[in-house]
Amino acid sequence: MSEFLQQLLNGLSLGAIYALIALGYTMVYGVLRFINFAHSDVFMVGAFIGYYLGKLVPENIVWGGLVVLLAAMLGCALLGMIIERLAYRPLRGAATLNVLITAIGVSLLLEYSGQVFFGATPRTFPAVFPSGNYSFGSLVISSNQILVIVVAALLMVALQLIVYRTKIGTAMRAVSLNPKAAQLVGVNNDVVISFTFGLGSALAGAGGILYALNYPSIDPLMGVMPGLKAFVAAVLGGIGNIPGAALGGLLLGTVETFVNGSQWSTYKDAIAFAILIIILLFRPAGLLGKFTVEKV
Amino acid sequence: MPKPHRYFLAALIIALGISHFSDKIDPYHLDVLTGIGINIILAVSLNLVNGFTGQFSLGHAGFMSVGAYAAAAFSLFLGPQLLGSAGGTALQQGCLFFGALLTGGFFASLAGLLVGVPSLRLKGDYLALVTLGFGEIIRVIIQNVEFLGGALGLNGIPAYTTIFWVLAFVALSVFAVSCLVNSTYGRGFLATHDDEIASEAVGLNTTHYKIVAFVIGAFFAGTAGGLYGHFKMTITPTGFDFTKSVEIVVMVIMGGMGNTLGVILAAVLLTLLPELLRPIAEYRMIIYSLLLIILMLVRPEGLFNFKLGKAKT
Repeated sequence: MSEFLQQLLNGLSLGAIYALIALGYTMVYGVLRFINFAHSDVFMVGAFIGYYLGKLVPENIVWGGLVVLLAAMLGCALLGMIIERLAYRPLRGAATLNVLITAIGVSLLLEYSGQVFFGATPRTFPAVFPSGNYSFGSLVISSNQILVIVVAALLMVALQLIVYRTKIGTAMRAVSLNPKAAQLVGVNNDVVISFTFGLGSALAGAGGILYALNYPSIDPLMGVMPGLKAFVAAVLGGIGNIPGAALGGLLLGTVETFVNGSQWSTYKDAIAFAILIIILLFRPAGLLGKFTVEKV
Repeated sequence: MPKPHRYFLAALIIALGISHFSDKIDPYHLDVLTGIGINIILAVSLNLVNGFTGQFSLGHAGFMSVGAYAAAAFSLFLGPQLLGSAGGTALQQGCLFFGALLTGGFFASLAGLLVGVPSLRLKGDYLALVTLGFGEIIRVIIQNVEFLGGALGLNGIPAYTTIFWVLAFVALSVFAVSCLVNSTYGRGFLATHDDEIASEAVGLNTTHYKIVAFVIGAFFAGTAGGLYGHFKMTITPTGFDFTKSVEIVVMVIMGGMGNTLGVILAAVLLTLLPELLRPIAEYRMIIYSLLLIILMLVRPEGLFNFKLGKAKT
């Protein structure tokens, strides 16, 4: 039983990171209807911003860690907005497939630039937050796990407030529902889309720092697998659906951790996709998504 | 004889001719040519699924890996029993290799059927993701199968791939795909691509067309995998990952979806480009990805799509 709880806890902290990345995918999909493949590399850049800044601030102090976290979020938000402005905006209205290929191009560009400028060898991420282990009976909780869960929960609540309680959030939902109608009632689509990219990328940056704190070896290709899985999580929950992305991320992280602890651990990377395929076969719009019938 | 059949025969004769003089060609050029041929087969077969039928598949490398492993296993495990320890004559080896390639194609198309049937409920991005997922699942399964070498891969595959086999299969795939699409039956692929609901309304079984496209596409991807395995002599599961699938998709899109000639040209260009950029090895992938982005911004209908007015993007 205690082992079950331990694994559940580990799973939830991994799932919280997946959820943070998945939110970025789902929001971009919501407003632009395409898979932003570059998102996983924004996540990687977030981790590297943390790596370089982490050397400048004193280690093991909470405010130092918070500065690193916020800087990475800000840096990633800027990067996301720049990518959107230069690569995706000129393609507004083009076929989805072309935007998708552009996204893959941006993703490759970030990965290979990373390999040239950061170096391809894995680095050790500095311990920017103070760390320690707390035990409750046989249950061991590391401070990093608590940090991940708390930060992820706070960010998700903040996101929910932005999307449902602010003017720009209302505009985001309007664009997601119908871009043309939104424009007709005076929403500036470009601003909204840019903001969405900034918001999603900031979450990816936070995810990058949190991931690097728990798995402290970072390299320019570190984003590929978590990115794919986070996207799977977004689809699992119903793409375009914000609570769905969070649910999908937590579910995926938990299942993966349990598989990793079992005799099937070598199949860990396949399990995410297997779950995805099974769920899509029975619920083609994801767990929380609404299935819409195409009208002619 | 109809025109395509004549072209096919001519291509086979040219392939024989080139392989006759292959001793006189620089080995490096021969290797590059083989690589180009394999990529053409992959791109042309994916074009049937992505371009003509309009089903966005991101798992082509998965089918290629199934074919590569099946073909390699065939010639590694069955070869010694059929040919004896002496290795057999050149003709026997040729027959064995042909059998291996067909086996690779067969298993790949079986995988295509397995992926195609459940995926048909899905469209667009969802389908892309599920095919991607299947590609990854195939990779992980191969990694865990002991007798296929696990993560280390299969080694010591006999080097049966010659320029003749490559060119012959390029000709076969181009011939098969263009004849299929241009036949009365094959118009159904285009109809499925253009408007699924309208095709169903006039009585076409779009599900049937999608499965056939998947199976045939996977078959040729499997033969390409077989050629690749017997060319490199060693295959590892990581060689057939998501990146490889993307590379093939890029060829199809660059060539202009559903444009066989364009796709062939794109496959040639995209195989040559990394070779040409080799002197600046460090930056070549950066340049490659930048070119990809610029291409999509400047010429979204594909580099080699000259029917501008009709371009369907």
